[in-house]
Amino acid sequence: MQLLFEPGFFSNASVRGALVLGAIVAVVSAAVGVFTVLRSQSFAGHALTDVATTGGAAATYYGVSVLAGFISASVIGAGSIEAIGTHRVRRRDIATGIVLGAATGLSALFLWLDSSTSTTGATQQILFGSIFSVTGSTVLDASILGAAILLVVALLWRPLLLSAVSTEIAAARGIRTKLIGLLFTLALAVTVGLTSIAIGSILSTALLIGPAAAALRVTRTVVRAVSLACALGIAATWLGILFAYDSKYWSSSGNALPVSFFIVSIVFFLYLLTGLPALRRRFARRTPTSVQGTRPAPQAASAAMRTQ
Amino acid sequence: MSVPEVVREARAVLEVDDVSVSFSGRTILDHVSFEVRPGEFTGLIGSNGVGKTTLLRVILGLQKSSTGAVRILGAPRSRSSRSIGYVPQKVLLDPDVPVRARDLVALGLDAHRIGLPRRSAAQRELVERTLDEVDATSFADARVGSLSGGEQQRVLIAHALISRPQLLLLDEPLANLDPKSVQEIVALLHRVVIDHGVAVLLSAHEMNSLLPVMDRVVYVTGGRAASGTTDEVIRSDVLSALYGHHVDVLQLHGRVLVVAEPGAATDDLPAHPTLQLD
Repeated sequence: MQLLFEPGFFSNASVRGALVLGAIVAVVSAAVGVFTVLRSQSFAGHALTDVATTGGAAATYYGVSVLAGFISASVIGAGSIEAIGTHRVRRRDIATGIVLGAATGLSALFLWLDSSTSTTGATQQILFGSIFSVTGSTVLDASILGAAILLVVALLWRPLLLSAVSTEIAAARGIRTKLIGLLFTLALAVTVGLTSIAIGSILSTALLIGPAAAALRVTRTVVRAVSLACALGIAATWLGILFAYDSKYWSSSGNALPVSFFIVSIVFFLYLLTGLPALRRRFARRTPTSVQGTRPAPQAASAAMRTQ
Repeated sequence: MSVPEVVREARAVLEVDDVSVSFSGRTILDHVSFEVRPGEFTGLIGSNGVGKTTLLRVILGLQKSSTGAVRILGAPRSRSSRSIGYVPQKVLLDPDVPVRARDLVALGLDAHRIGLPRRSAAQRELVERTLDEVDATSFADARVGSLSGGEQQRVLIAHALISRPQLLLLDEPLANLDPKSVQEIVALLHRVVIDHGVAVLLSAHEMNSLLPVMDRVVYVTGGRAASGTTDEVIRSDVLSALYGHHVDVLQLHGRVLVVAEPGAATDDLPAHPTLQLD
C-alpha cells in the first residue's frame, strides 16, 4: 500500500479536489466523446480546444474565471463553425479550420499579454491544466455543467444515434437533424471547457477522444461503449493523479511531474491495449489451417464475408 | 366536413400531383404526376440521373418542388410523417459504429423520441419478429456495418417496416447486389406487400428483376413520367412519346428490352445487362 500511495495522498485537499474533478470530466467526456467519434466530429472537437485556449487566456488577462473563459470561447467557436456551414463534410472541415486559425492567433496575443503581466505560470495552467489547484467553487460549477451535458446527451440519445447511422434516414423520419447537430455541438463545446480546466486546453482532445475511441474498438453497443469509456477515462485520470502525486517522491529534483502528461500517456496506452483483440484476430486468420483449400461451411463463409 | 364527390375503390396512399423541380435553371422533374395505391408494388423505373432520387426526396419532404403537391393518404405531407418508411440509396454504414442489426431495427420504433431507450418486452418481441420477417435473425447481433450489401438491405427494410408504415419507399435497393440477393430482396418485398398490405415504391434502373412482382410502373425519362400497369406503359407507342424518339419494346423469354433505333441517343435508356450484343 505504502509502495503505491506516497504519504499524504488521501489526506491532501488538492488531491481530493483533483479526483472529484477528474471523475466528472472523465464521465462527461466519455458520453460526449463516443458520439463525437460516431458523428466524425473529432476535428471540430479538437478545434474547439484551440478556441477554448483563447478564452482561457483572455479570462486570465482580464482577471475573470478561467472556466467561464474556456466555456464561453468554446461555445462561441462552436456557434461560428455551425454558422459558417455544416452542410457538407468538406465545408465543415474548412469552416472548422478557419475558426481554429483565427482563434489561435488571438490565443497567441493573450498568452503573450498574460506572460508579460504575471509570472505565476498562467500560460502553463491554461495549456496544461490546473487540476491540482482548482477551487471548490470551480468543482461545483463543473459538476453542475457536467450534469447538464449528461442530461442533454441522454435526451438526444436516440435521434443522435440514428443521425450517426444515416442522416438521410433520420431526416426522412422527421428528426430535425440540424437542430440535433447544433445542440450536440454546444454540449461538445461545454465539455471541451471542462476538460480544458482539468488537463489543459491543448491536451483535452486526448481525454475527449481517447477513451471513447478505445471503448468503441471493443464494444458491440453504444451503451456499453459509453460505460467502458467512463471506466477508462476515470482510470486514466485517477492513475494520472496518483502518478503525478507520487512523482514528487521519485524525481531527483523533488518536483512533481505534470499530471496531464501521465493522464494522456495512460489514455494512449489504453487505446493501444484495446487494439489487441483486433490484432490477434488478424493474425489468427493468417494461420495456415484457416486458409487451406477446403471449402468452408456456408455459415463460416457468410461469417467471413461479414467480417470483411 | 363535406362528403367527397367521388368515392374511389381504394384511396391512394400517395398522390404525386404535377410536381416539378429545377436546380439552378436545369429542369430535373417536369410536371410529374402519378398515384400509388394500397397493397401495390410500384416500380419507379429510369436510367441513372433522370431524377428518381429527387422525386423520392420530394415525396419525403426533404426537397421542395417548384410546382405541384404531394399528398399522403389524401392529406398534404407533414414533416414528421411516419406513415412512410424509407430505405435510402447507398447507405454507407461504417463497420466501426457499434450498432447491431437488432439495435437499428429497434431504432425504427422510437428514434424520434427523446430520452434513453427503455423498451418493453412487447417491443423487444416485435423487434425479434420483424428481424425474423426479413430473415435477419441469424446476423441480428452483428454490427450493421460489417454485413454484406444484401444483409444490410434486409436490416434497413426491417428498420423501415417496424413502425408499420402505409408506404415503403426504396431508392435503388437492388443496385450493387449480386443476382441471388436481388431475387431474395424482391421476393421479400413482394411478401411484405401481400402480408401487410403495404404499398411499395421502389426505384430501379433495371426493371426485369421486378417484372414478376410489379403491379404498376412509373417510367421516368427526361424529367417526365408515364405511369400505369406494366402492360399499359411498357409499350412502344407510350415510351416513344415519352422519349421523344422512336423506341421498340421487345419481349424475350419473359424479359423486356427497350431498344432505340440505330443512331438515336441511347444514353437515357434504362440499363439492360442483356443488351450487350448490340
